[in-house]
Amino acid sequence: MSHQDAKDSTTQDIITNVSATGASSRDAAMIVDPGLVEQTISAALGQGAEFAELFAEDVKRSSVHLDDGRIESLASARDRGVGIRVVSGESTGFAHTANLTEQGLLSAAKAAADAARTSGAPSSSRPTLEFAEADVASVGVRPGDIDKETKVGLLQRANETARSSGAAISQVSARYADNRRRILVANSDGVLTGDDQTRTMFSISCVASGDAGLQTGSESIGLSMGFELFDQYDVEELARRAAQRALTKLEARPAPSGTLPVVIGPGSGGVLFHEACGHGLEADLVKKGASAFAGKMGEQVASPLVTLIDDGTMSDEWGRYAIDDEGNPARRNVLIEDGVLVDYLWDGLRAKAEGRPSSGNGRRQSYRHLPMVRMTNTYLAGGQTDPADIIGSVDHGVYVARLGGGQVNTASGDFVFGMVEAYMIEDGKLGAPLREGQLIGNGPKVLQQIEAVGNDFEMGPPGTCGKDGQGVPVGDGVPTLKVQELTIGGMA
Amino acid sequence: MNPEELLTTARSVVQQAKPGEQIEVACSHGTSTTVRAYEGDVESMTTAENHAIGIRVLADGREGFASAGTLTPDVIADMLAEARDNTRFSEADPHVGIAQPDGVEPVTIDLWRSAIGETTSQAKIDIALELEERVRSADDRITGVRVASYGDSAGAFALASTSGIEASTKATSCSVSVQALALDGDRTQTGYAYDGAREPSELDIDKVVNRAVGRTVDLLGAGKPKSATVDLVLDPQVAATVLGLIAGTLTGDRVLKGRSPFVDRVGETVATPLLSFVDDATDPNSLGADSHDGEGLACRRVSLVEDGVLQGFLHDSYTGRRSGSGSTGSALRGTRGLPSPGLQALAVAPGSGSLDDFVSGVELGLLVFNLAGLHSGVNAVSGDFSVGVEGRMIRDGRLAEPVGECTIASTLQRMLLDISAVGDDLVHLPSGVSTPSVVVGGVALSGAA
Repeated sequence: MSHQDAKDSTTQDIITNVSATGASSRDAAMIVDPGLVEQTISAALGQGAEFAELFAEDVKRSSVHLDDGRIESLASARDRGVGIRVVSGESTGFAHTANLTEQGLLSAAKAAADAARTSGAPSSSRPTLEFAEADVASVGVRPGDIDKETKVGLLQRANETARSSGAAISQVSARYADNRRRILVANSDGVLTGDDQTRTMFSISCVASGDAGLQTGSESIGLSMGFELFDQYDVEELARRAAQRALTKLEARPAPSGTLPVVIGPGSGGVLFHEACGHGLEADLVKKGASAFAGKMGEQVASPLVTLIDDGTMSDEWGRYAIDDEGNPARRNVLIEDGVLVDYLWDGLRAKAEGRPSSGNGRRQSYRHLPMVRMTNTYLAGGQTDPADIIGSVDHGVYVARLGGGQVNTASGDFVFGMVEAYMIEDGKLGAPLREGQLIGNGPKVLQQIEAVGNDFEMGPPGTCGKDGQGVPVGDGVPTLKVQELTIGGMA
Repeated sequence: MNPEELLTTARSVVQQAKPGEQIEVACSHGTSTTVRAYEGDVESMTTAENHAIGIRVLADGREGFASAGTLTPDVIADMLAEARDNTRFSEADPHVGIAQPDGVEPVTIDLWRSAIGETTSQAKIDIALELEERVRSADDRITGVRVASYGDSAGAFALASTSGIEASTKATSCSVSVQALALDGDRTQTGYAYDGAREPSELDIDKVVNRAVGRTVDLLGAGKPKSATVDLVLDPQVAATVLGLIAGTLTGDRVLKGRSPFVDRVGETVATPLLSFVDDATDPNSLGADSHDGEGLACRRVSLVEDGVLQGFLHDSYTGRRSGSGSTGSALRGTRGLPSPGLQALAVAPGSGSLDDFVSGVELGLLVFNLAGLHSGVNAVSGDFSVGVEGRMIRDGRLAEPVGECTIASTLQRMLLDISAVGDDLVHLPSGVSTPSVVVGGVALSGAA
């Protein structure tokens, strides 16, 4: 399981020429005619399955890419389809189709029922679907209503600013992307609901060229909102920060090799908790014994300074949604409270088996995928300590100003994450900048070794979380924090 | 849909080109099945059918692109209009354009096996169930299997353009993978293994079971090692990952845009003289084999490093024109994305010696089982390399204690020079990479003080 900055996202994302209809869950739920939805679910229940679900998705994406001083291309993409899930006993059958006619949907329903290997008398029951309104986020300015020239202009301004930030800046690439994803979820339990999700993002990456070779610096911003993102964030400021990061690293020395105290800066450090314990708290992994946090409910799994929350309702954040991809409302879920493990993250299937409600964390990359337990916006609650005092408390250690992506083996608990901007700390003061390197730790151990939590909480840049081949948008955040020791994978 | 039908669809869009416009259309259709087994039962079974189209339009050196997950005529018409509109906002570059036929004859390679279509759902289920059962019962120390899966796909691809290129292929593939678990005090060790082939009968289930189980139990008792400088011994699967990362940076776009540490170094020694590698999708033994690249040009053998000397870079038609060296038939693309140059079938020339020979020749080393954080720990621009690692220490030529929670660090540039042995145990891996075992000397292992 991995997490990466949106700059590295492998998805060919986003473009949107969305017609300017209002964002309503009822409109979204009309992707497929309600009568046909009922008919399809009945067919999927087929030979006596316990549960059948229809998930429909309609996505429009647009993106603009600048590289090497030139707007290289604009891309638009359109995707619409239905995934049908049938659960029978312990087995799940799944089929999907882009053919939304009656014939296409019924054929997919049969394929899903066959795959679930249901057997028995044909079900005559037809579910009564009752529409449930969802708390769909309002969008200020639909990206589809913005001229392509304006989107192109953002990247050109960012490029010029980055290049004028220093003579050593030798290359710049920048990307703008937006998407609008409308979903419908209906199932044999009578659920019928919809959501309308808009996301907009910008990223920039700079190369600086010096005597010791090339260095890179990047910056990105993305939120669940429309083009008003750029009322809040100035792309030129982001460009300057990315360029400065690359320029600073030209002077960087190799990172140390070995175990040292580490102070993690606010914002992007959230990836530490995403990897150190977030994945390990996903109920599917817990139930398979593939998590270092299995069987630890109610135990003190972390320092008392740690309160960890996953919150899919967090306004405007990258991992925000009204309903998850199983139709359950997003929720704010406290996972670790004052160091005590109080809950895992749940999807519908696992929750049902435990006789408890879903936590609203059943997500899928697209209609072509089965849902599974996923994080949303995962963050460490802010503490009391002045961040300057946290840095001041370290005699010899490393300050990581910005983390890149990471990866965890949930079973062993070992996790890595990359530091893309870091400095030595000597005698309580920030020292020389460091080249890139990876840090490694063991989740259960590191959680116990959180020695200080700052009062400067921030959310980090937008991320794409990968699990079993599916990528979904996630957010994370932390205040400044100190870990007693982590292993730094440098060469010095 | 068969390749000929897809080609007809692609052609029908290309024929709508206006004067002065270049259009390239890729279409694909595929079916796939995935079975996941868990605790003796089918956890999930997915059957899927996918259509896709990608439309590239070029006008006055400006490019626009649009794609969709359906081949219905109204959506195709919308996407053509959208790709055209997108050209108005990109900026011109005289080298931008679709590929022009270059007279290189494509090899004929049959990538299609009817066996995939003839295999029943039950037979596919049985492969996954058997794999799970065999891993679970292979060793008392295996306490669980996170997932055992079987997957296959059969697909067709067609590409047509206004330059007269028409290419189509169809291919099948299948794979199995499994992750075993073994409780180890308050830690759980894992071992992952997979295999891939063009048809189920070519899958080596024994090998997958042995590797998943062996790798898991061999990690039991793993602790954090002391930091040290070590020789890394990489078996073909791990070597393929590391060498694939390095060779994958030898692309025209990285070089032309100043994002490669190997810019301006053609003809120079960049690696140990023991190392030679090519990208060769014309080799039918490679699972990366193909007749055409992502722009419809013939695949060809491209020499990248010979006896340690850098020979050149991988080019698509854009970087080939811009650099003056021409396309090397190395355009990679999904139907729904723009092409860019990349590796298709990396082949490392075998040397001498086996993995066992290498282990016995190392004084202080690490036999690597798993690497973690390749996407966050490797910077292809600066060359900085730092990744998490699990494996067995090698002491005085013998496998010693298992280790985890540690990293190895170097740079991509240094690792090429620090390779001290290349074996003769060449393996054609499912990823399309063919490589023997290698040894990389003098790498920083970071662990406990």
